[in-house]
Amino acid sequence: MSNKRREMTSGNLAFAEAMRQINPDVVAAYPITPSTDIPVRFAEFVANGQVDSEYVAVESEHSAITACVGASVAGARVMTASSANGVALMHEIFPIASAFRAPIVFGLVNRCLGAPVNIHCDHSDSMAERDSGWIQIYCEDAQEVYDSVLLAVRLAEHKKVLTPVFVCQDGFITSHCFEPVEFLADDAVKKFVGVRDPQYPLLDVDNPVSYGSFTMSEYYFEIKRNQIEGINNVPKVYRELSAELAKETGREYPMVDAYRADDADYLIIIMSSASGVVKDVVDEMREDGVKAGCLRVRFFRPFPKDDLMRLVNGKKGVAVLDRCLSIGGSAPLAAEVKAALYGLERRVPVQEYVFGLGGRDFYPKDAIDVFCKLADDNYSPSVRYIGLREKEEENVY
Amino acid sequence: MEKGKTIEVRWHGRGGQGAKSASAILAEVLFEGGKHVQAFPEYGAERQGAPMRAYNRVSDRPIRRRCGVQNPNIVVVVDPTMVESANPCEGCAKDAVYLVNTPEDAKTLRERMHLSQRAKVLAVDATKITLEELGQNRPNAPILGALSRIFTDVSVDNFADHFTKKMKKLPQNVIDANRRAILRGREEAVLA
Repeated sequence: MSNKRREMTSGNLAFAEAMRQINPDVVAAYPITPSTDIPVRFAEFVANGQVDSEYVAVESEHSAITACVGASVAGARVMTASSANGVALMHEIFPIASAFRAPIVFGLVNRCLGAPVNIHCDHSDSMAERDSGWIQIYCEDAQEVYDSVLLAVRLAEHKKVLTPVFVCQDGFITSHCFEPVEFLADDAVKKFVGVRDPQYPLLDVDNPVSYGSFTMSEYYFEIKRNQIEGINNVPKVYRELSAELAKETGREYPMVDAYRADDADYLIIIMSSASGVVKDVVDEMREDGVKAGCLRVRFFRPFPKDDLMRLVNGKKGVAVLDRCLSIGGSAPLAAEVKAALYGLERRVPVQEYVFGLGGRDFYPKDAIDVFCKLADDNYSPSVRYIGLREKEEENVY
Repeated sequence: MEKGKTIEVRWHGRGGQGAKSASAILAEVLFEGGKHVQAFPEYGAERQGAPMRAYNRVSDRPIRRRCGVQNPNIVVVVDPTMVESANPCEGCAKDAVYLVNTPEDAKTLRERMHLSQRAKVLAVDATKITLEELGQNRPNAPILGALSRIFTDVSVDNFADHFTKKMKKLPQNVIDANRRAILRGREEAVLA
């Protein structure tokens, strides 16, 4: 494809640039750190006449997502962005959006949920929405953010899916890092995303429909079953879309990004930006004779259970690294991975780790330590914490 | 630059001095020169005068790691007072290069910093240069000029062209003054 351009940009600005090229019908947003750049940059596009979107400046995140749902069921192509407490304030509306089959594309820039107040990255905001019926995609870098936004529009609006999508990136680490990104030409994006062909739009007055009606126990369960069907269709539809976009970009993103995993003995399973340092460490460990590998879980909803089973089957050991807590239970990624691996004929040992809360950095030495413990067959029945200051006597390692 | 190796840069500055912008400009110039790059500041309490750090990675290969830089190859000290207060030597490679904005003689500074044999100091009085050329203490331009002595794959003209390209809306005399400040930064930097 002609006229690709490589430019220095950030994860946030790559998301905003994709929005400009997509030119959605409606954007309703209430800026919050660290996703602020997205609505701010997009508002500039609106003010400069570079898009003809209706930009709704609302008074809260709750109103932002509510306006998005209204516009989406009316038949519009709708996008927005938020983080942390903004996402939490929207919580009430997310399951309504997915049940309405409103294919909103949402830039979720991961930031922890206080207290204490903290602007940095962990996945507590998006993981709290994992049961809201939305698709969740987690990106490693700004290039993947850009490519994923294009894919998300098609995936959300696909007739067999009709489910809103969170495109997640790590706050500051990805959203504010300046790095090169390759953008497609505007025409190529326009051609790829096409025009939304809405199913049952509210504004189709010849075929009147109602949204938000009252349904008691006689129908509610079946409505939920329909949503399950939509999200179950994601892997097949996504594979087709990903292959189609790869023809333009040369980049393809499977639901699980497997790095040197095929012949590995030991795997770290992780999400988002921290996988970069794990991949570097995998190369180092290989030079030292340890057959290490990395699985980066890109889709958390739907959870790619079959891929995980296939990729982990026969390994000597696995460590699951969550950038999130579920206080009093297993962290979300560990719980999902363990549930997926239950179906394996031969049990593969799994060590749970939690790292990076509130933006605490994750270094090569941390990943090396995880691999060394796996190679030493050193497991703990309880979760281990990476980079946490603890009193020695309380340290149960 | 050694092939295949990632060069890591740590910037020490104060909020409002422009270290964040300078690190982004360095990345852009090297990107235009065909390198893989990252530029990312440390986000803390953002207030004028507060100590801050920013980072770069530069490589001939795609860069995957996104953690903070712990063992920099190059350290840039934008504010002269931060030689004492910011611990610029923390975690540095033994052969690190320290580019320091300082009125001090490079050799004296080197001794004062207790650097290893293999480390180098590149001292430039960026504050003086910009006071003379721009009438303001904006040390970025001479510092970028001095950086062209370290990143030898890219010519100083690329630094000057890129830096002044961003100033299109400013009067020509300001653009010219910045260009002179960049060239002087390169010329007047003393290695020890």
